[in-house]
Amino acid sequence: MKRPPIFGLMAEFDSPSDLLQAARKAYAEGYRRLDAYSPFPIEQVSEAIGHHRSRVPLVVLIGGLLGGIGGYLMQYWISVLNYPLNVGGRPLNSWPSFIVVTFEMTILGGALFAVFGMLALNRLPMPYHPVFNVERFAFASKDRFFLCIYAADPRFDRAQTERFLQSLNPKQVSEVPH
Amino acid sequence: MAEDPTVEASQSGKAPVIAPGYTFATVTDKISAIVLSRRTTLGWVMGFGVGMLLTMLLLVAVSYLFLKGVGIWGINMPIAWGFAIVNFVWWIGIGHAGTLISAILLLLNQPWRNSINRFAEAMTLFAVMCAGMFPILHLGRPWLAYWLFPYPNTMQVWPQFRSPLVWDVFAVSTYFTVSLLFWFVGLIPDLGTLRDRSQSRFARAAYGFLAMGWRGSARHWKNYESAYLLLAGLATPLVVSVHTVVSFDFAISILPGWHTTIFPPYFVAGAIYSGFAMVLVIAIPIRKYYGLGDMITMRHLENSAKVMLTTGLVVAYGYLIEGFMAWYRSDEFDFFMLKNRMLGPYAPLYWLLIFCNIVAPQVLWSRRVRQSVGSLFAVSITVLIGMWLERFIIVITSLHRDFLTSSWGMYYPTKWDWFTYVGTIGFFVMAMYLFIRFLPMISIFEMRTLLPQAEVGAEAK
Repeated sequence: MKRPPIFGLMAEFDSPSDLLQAARKAYAEGYRRLDAYSPFPIEQVSEAIGHHRSRVPLVVLIGGLLGGIGGYLMQYWISVLNYPLNVGGRPLNSWPSFIVVTFEMTILGGALFAVFGMLALNRLPMPYHPVFNVERFAFASKDRFFLCIYAADPRFDRAQTERFLQSLNPKQVSEVPH
Repeated sequence: MAEDPTVEASQSGKAPVIAPGYTFATVTDKISAIVLSRRTTLGWVMGFGVGMLLTMLLLVAVSYLFLKGVGIWGINMPIAWGFAIVNFVWWIGIGHAGTLISAILLLLNQPWRNSINRFAEAMTLFAVMCAGMFPILHLGRPWLAYWLFPYPNTMQVWPQFRSPLVWDVFAVSTYFTVSLLFWFVGLIPDLGTLRDRSQSRFARAAYGFLAMGWRGSARHWKNYESAYLLLAGLATPLVVSVHTVVSFDFAISILPGWHTTIFPPYFVAGAIYSGFAMVLVIAIPIRKYYGLGDMITMRHLENSAKVMLTTGLVVAYGYLIEGFMAWYRSDEFDFFMLKNRMLGPYAPLYWLLIFCNIVAPQVLWSRRVRQSVGSLFAVSITVLIGMWLERFIIVITSLHRDFLTSSWGMYYPTKWDWFTYVGTIGFFVMAMYLFIRFLPMISIFEMRTLLPQAEVGAEAK
């Protein structure tokens, strides 16, 4: 696919409600490759642009299971197979004593997968992204709300999309260079 | 956030979570200005300097320890666990309030936590660092500390997983790792804010590097919120488990005064008790000197005081049951342990502990006291001292006179014990000062969600 001449068009809004409305209208208009930016999480906005489910919970479940099973197997292998020691006549596989470490490893696995899984799903770290080329975008981390429609969207048309964004009552519409 | 906290508060007559009149911009500017544009005051330099000097004292104490060995401390046979274990338990307990605030209160949907979770989590991290030093220094040969972890080695030996001391290694290292991750994840959006706000090139690069290109995308927020909530869900059982495992170090043994099933719940309650005391000790000066009374309001201080009062009563119940069980068990050694605590050579410390932990905090029943910043500060310091004495009494009085009269002994801390202890307090102070200077001490993005403007209006639905 040929690279479009610009990355997309970005509209700036004043309030979370305006952003949500704009996001819903853009989605209804048929735009699918778009993103919204806000200084704090707004649950409805990600739904409005068609991002309904996060895969993070599944990743955490896998991490927790790997940690827990791995933790128990490690103790089993060490205490039963590789280095069996008779302590007070207890069975080599004295599972009640292994619960604590198994539990801690479950938590550790889940937490590591939660953080690194979230970063990976978000494609972070990403030192460069075209949206930062818009000067006003620095306010996305303060008090402004942005909606960006990517030029890669099949329905994107430089003039028509700009007209559409203007119709949403934004503070400003700007071009996002690559 | 379903309801507007400022409105809700004014209706119920309580102090609000955040003073009215703030906007997204002013919240952002107020918190980030402390880091970015406020001049470093003489007070900061002096506070940091004191912490730094005491950290140097810690380095001296530790260097001498490495040269001479643990013999420079007051420990002996039978009291092999002296200050090192007392301080370890005390510090790690202090850390617990941070996780309680950041994780448990998040799950319980208590939005007032948003203005105190960040520095409470930082407090947790630094307290766990201080705690972690002690068992390692106490090893005797601290340079072999990595032997605690199961790793393939040429000696062909492995840790003993039936030992609570090994459980502790896993519990504390997991606790530190998860606390660090939780804290850092919470910081990412605020680091993005600092990156966009900072004027100097260096600060921009540093915060930008740490923010990892965070841009507040709706897709990112969705994954972010999910991960943050799950981390809270994982940290909640973890924080309860950590002090439980610490109490197992004692309870699994057969020593009178240690071998009791009340230990896990009473240790966890005590941890939260001392932790909230430390939260108040940190919050009260911060809100005064940085003018953050609008964000860390009387509501926060009062709630913390209530948590202290509750957990303090659980701790009191623990003491009561300890005494009752020693009598009810009809075991000569248990009963002697109790008598020795109350009337033996360490009795003054025991009664001071009862005063600090049980008697004095009862003033928190009074609303007047809970509304007075000065008295809250005084009570918190008292509780911190009391909780330290509690660990001293548990560790020392149980060890010093056990089953055989011939093996009795006394424990007196040496100056090196004190230097190490005071040194870690200095390290904690220094780390907190650095944190306040270089990172946003209140979570900016979570404060924005507390504002009435953050609510997506009904017209959009």
